[in-house]
Amino acid sequence: MGKLAIETRGLKKSFGKTHAVAGVDLAVSAGGVYGVLGPNGAGKTTTIRMLATLLRPDAGEAQVLGYDVVRDARAVQSRVGLTGQFASVDEDLTGVENLLLLARLLGYSRRRGRERAADLLDAFGLAEAADRPVKKYSGGMRRRIDIAASLVVTPELIFLDEPTTGLDPRSRNQVWEIVRGMVAEGATVLLTTQYLDEADQLADRIAVIDHGKVIAEGSSGELKASVGAGSLHVRLRAPEQRAEAERVLAGVLEVPAEPSADPAALSARISDPERVARALAELSRSGIDVTEFALGQPSLDEVFLTLTGHAAEEDAA
Amino acid sequence: MNTTTAEQASAPVTEDALRSVLLAGERPSRPGPVLTSLTFGWRALLKIKHVPEQLVDVTMFPIMFTLMFTYLFGGALAGSTQEYLQFLLPGILVQANVMITMNTGITLNTDIQKGVFDRFRSLPVWRPSPLVGALLGDVMRYSIGSAIVITLGLVLGFRPEGGAVGVVLSVALLLVFSFCLSWLWTMLSLILRTPNSVAGVSMMVMFPLTFVSNIFVDPKTMPGWMQAVVEVNPISHLATVVRGLMHGSVPAGEIGWVLVSSVLLLAVFGPITMVLYRNKK
Repeated sequence: MGKLAIETRGLKKSFGKTHAVAGVDLAVSAGGVYGVLGPNGAGKTTTIRMLATLLRPDAGEAQVLGYDVVRDARAVQSRVGLTGQFASVDEDLTGVENLLLLARLLGYSRRRGRERAADLLDAFGLAEAADRPVKKYSGGMRRRIDIAASLVVTPELIFLDEPTTGLDPRSRNQVWEIVRGMVAEGATVLLTTQYLDEADQLADRIAVIDHGKVIAEGSSGELKASVGAGSLHVRLRAPEQRAEAERVLAGVLEVPAEPSADPAALSARISDPERVARALAELSRSGIDVTEFALGQPSLDEVFLTLTGHAAEEDAA
Repeated sequence: MNTTTAEQASAPVTEDALRSVLLAGERPSRPGPVLTSLTFGWRALLKIKHVPEQLVDVTMFPIMFTLMFTYLFGGALAGSTQEYLQFLLPGILVQANVMITMNTGITLNTDIQKGVFDRFRSLPVWRPSPLVGALLGDVMRYSIGSAIVITLGLVLGFRPEGGAVGVVLSVALLLVFSFCLSWLWTMLSLILRTPNSVAGVSMMVMFPLTFVSNIFVDPKTMPGWMQAVVEVNPISHLATVVRGLMHGSVPAGEIGWVLVSSVLLLAVFGPITMVLYRNKK
């Protein structure tokens, strides 16, 4: 395991009586995407705001790229990029003005700043919209200019707070491509999301946060494995054989099989994939014809439900 | 505009271009506080350029007030509108500038709501520079407002005996005072939740502050307790100074009063603003 990009111990933040972050321990290694997954109000944004020096922790410690977020805030600020619900751009200004403003503030000369702004706009497919005020941008363009704004000086670590919330699938894919591109160039990305498939698609490792605490951590595969190996879905030629099939499957898999909405189908959560082949053979031997079968990995939705006892999209507030 | 065409018009993000901007890892040295403040001032000017309608408070209000007060009260208060204008105009100039300072708080609060300020706060720049820059941009607004009031006054028959020098000096002093007073609104905008509540509270402070002063009438006819209030109101001192300078006298003591109250405003509300700004949730 390489150097740690982020390390927190017992990070806490309360707002009045709400314990937004109630003791978060994270260890994020450099390079790749680290996903922080949780429902609204779980404490994801508060955590990122502390890591980005925007909020002072009540207790605990956090090091970002080896620098303490409170004592060495400046060192952190000059090495990270922020994008998301917060850290937005000025809607009244045009795309190029926004980037030039940031370039000037970060020490570029006027001429080099203009060049940098133009390069970024080109790279993000915004060259034609450069002179339009950002408030006229579509959702996808808006998200791209937000990301471009965090890359004016190439950061070592990028915080993306719910980068695809509210985007159409096409724009979402573009953002995903950008994230993958940044990682390919060696950046570390910390991404918060409430979309399970986004974490699944992008993140190398995932921390699941609920009520201000990390309730699970690992790769997407590890998290899925922690709730079982997945499910077997079977569809029969003759619906009337379903009751018998249910019995056969339950006998071999040693878990209950459940009828699906489709009168000819049933499914079972399995603990051991080895038994699946035997179960199918057993069905055939009992004279039950199977027209379809599928072995599915558990979705992160199931993971979330198992870990928290409530669905991910449910508002935790 | 149709978003779909806008999306299609924009080229897709290409891997090569992305790589080249990420690899162009230039790390310029950190600019100083003056440069960053001026850069934020530039932003304020750009906002005026893109949203000129925000200038309504610096253009329409002063015009409205000058015309209304001159012609509504001039005859009754000073015998003739011409007489009253000589007395009122320096006062209106003060009121216009003091009213314009409110804008600072409202703009800052809007920035906070929209998340723009968090990006600024996360930059490795001199901490007060976004605020100082915004206030520097406001100097432009004060100047526009002052120019409008003075021009209108001259058209209506205002004749400053202090000449151009007196007028320029009084505007300069107004700019200093307004810059310092603005920190009261920046503080408020960091405490209150919405731009509307900032505007509301500002108005609540602003109305008594400008009306319970010697801007519109000589306080001699007011009840004693109110005269006492007018006497300690810094706006009264400011109006006395501006009136004096414009009409050719140099009230040195009063100028000192105004400068001291400016410094006090800055020394009290500046640091409070910065503490709130640093600890903003």
